[in-house]
This record gives sequence, structure tokens and C-alpha cells, in this order.
Amino acid sequence: MYYAGAVALLLVGFYMVLVKANLIKIMLGISFLDTGTHVLLVAIGYVRGGTAPILSESLRQSAEAGGSVTVVDPVPQALVLTAIVIGVGVLALGLSIIVQLYRHYGTLDGRQIRGLKW
Amino acid sequence: MRRAAAILLLAVLATGLALALEAVPFGRAKTDVANHYIRKGVEETGATNLVTSVVVCYRGLDTLGEVTILFIASLGVGVLLFGRPRHGGRGREEASAIVATGARVLFPLILLFGIYVFLHGHLTPGGGFQGGAVLASAFLLLYLARPAQTVSRATLGAAEALGGLVFVGVGVLGLIAAGYFLNNFLPKGQPNLLLSAGVIPVIYVAIGVKVGSELVRIIGDLVETE
Repeated sequence: MYYAGAVALLLVGFYMVLVKANLIKIMLGISFLDTGTHVLLVAIGYVRGGTAPILSESLRQSAEAGGSVTVVDPVPQALVLTAIVIGVGVLALGLSIIVQLYRHYGTLDGRQIRGLKW
Repeated sequence: MRRAAAILLLAVLATGLALALEAVPFGRAKTDVANHYIRKGVEETGATNLVTSVVVCYRGLDTLGEVTILFIASLGVGVLLFGRPRHGGRGREEASAIVATGARVLFPLILLFGIYVFLHGHLTPGGGFQGGAVLASAFLLLYLARPAQTVSRATLGAAEALGGLVFVGVGVLGLIAAGYFLNNFLPKGQPNLLLSAGVIPVIYVAIGVKVGSELVRIIGDLVETE
């Protein structure tokens, strides 16, 4: 079910980028795409019954006392950590581009900004 | 017309993703790489937080690239919003008394928490990026409480540059001391102590300061220009 939630976020993000005309909504759609990707990556790295991958003292004691301790996969979490910060950078840069576009053209509607002769 | 085409495309995409994710079982056992990191992580790097050992030690070069990306984003925002600085507080209403007093009380506490998070990155959940974001949120609270707030650009620029230089400098020292870039050359010590895990605390302090000052700079650029 975590996969379904992540795919839903991805689809909402794609819809916003494809259909909406307001530039800020397009930027929000890109942010939704980021979030959906992160959730999907972390969900793929889950191990049933596993706990956080931090080998603290209490975890080590319970491993030595009896039974085995499983931890979840630490590699997707490390990748997502980086990716979240990159998402923030992309959002900040995109929003500052939108601010400059608004100053120059006076509108936030993507259909009315026709600098390119397409 | 555009909406119908978009919904058709999304339906195709959804079925493709669903078919692809059918083959990935949920909650299965870990890969070999993850098993190696979990079993040998503490003795090879000295950090008990396995995510930290992956981010800083095993995949340290990717973290260097990511810090570069954040630097370029901050640079881009500064270049794009290079305009007339807003004459303080014009057109923006004053914050209420609760927000103003609360910000004054909470600002040092949030700073302290942010410094704790990136200082203990190798022991508890957290690390450089998370601690830097908490530091930036303290300054965001300050911007919300006082409309005329400005933070000195020179200090932020110096902190950002120092953090980046320390990270690359530690990497080059690893190259000189032990053979390859970003090698963990300081003694690893005993796990679960604050002064353990070699260069990982040093790198995370540098990353924490750098990310914090960069995010404050981005917020300041977005708030202070008009």
C-alpha cells in the first residue's frame, strides 16, 4: 500500500505539470514528483519487522540477550536524504525564476508568456 | 482536449508503474550491499548510525556532489533576485505579540537543537543536512516575527565558504594521509562516544554549518528583495 501512495503522489505531480497553466502550480507539481519519488525509494527499502538502522546500545543489548534484530535497508534512506535537499534547491531556484518572470511579464499564466516564437 | 490527453497518458503511466512494482516484493530481505554495510559498518567506519556511515564514508563523493548542487542553487537564487533591497518592512504588517515574544524565546533554543542534531550525526538520527535545515528554520522564525529583519551577507557568505572548504580540505588530507580522497584517517575510537568515527563528525559539522547558512541565504534573498 505504500507503493500505491507513492505512485498516487507521482501521478498527481504529473497531472499538475501537464494540465495546469499557473506557473506556481507547475512548480508545486514538480515538488509533488520529488516527494513521490522519495516515498517510493524508502518504501522499497523496507524490511518486514525491521527497525531503524542505528546500532545503539539498547539494540546491541537486545541482540545479545536473545533473538535476532533486523534493521531496514540504510542505502535508500541515504539516497533520499540527499534527494530531499536537492528538491529544496530546485524549488528555491524555480520560485526565484517565477518571481523574475512575474516582474518582467506581469502575469503568472504560462499560456500568455510567449517569449519563444513557437 | 489537453486534459483528456493528460489523463490518458497518466493511465498508461499508472499501469506501467503498477506492473513494474508487482515484481518488487514489499518488505523482502535486504540486498548484499546493505548486508555488508549493516554487518561491517560499525567496525569499518566507527559510526553507529548506519545511514551516516553510508552518506559520509561509503558514498562520500556523492555527498560532495550534493553539497555542490546546493551551492549552485543558492548562487542561482542570489543572481536571479539581485535587485533593489526592500526598504525594511514596507507593505508588510507587524507580527502579533505572541509571535514576536515567542520568536525571541525560541530562537536560541532552536539554534541549540540544530547544533545538537548535526553534532551527534553519527550517533542518533540526524546529521549535517537535517541540522542545517533546523538552523535555517530558526532564522525563518525570526523573519516571520520581525518584518524588517536583515541578516548580514558577509557572515553568511564566510560561513558557507568555510564549511565547503573544510569538507574538501578533509578530503584532500585523507588523500595525503592514507591514499585516496575522503579516506577516514582519524582514529575511529570506541563506538557510541561523541569523539568517535574518525572524520565523520568533522565533515558533518562542516556540512551543517554550510547547509544552514545556505538555506538562510536563500530565504533572505526571497524575503528581502522586492
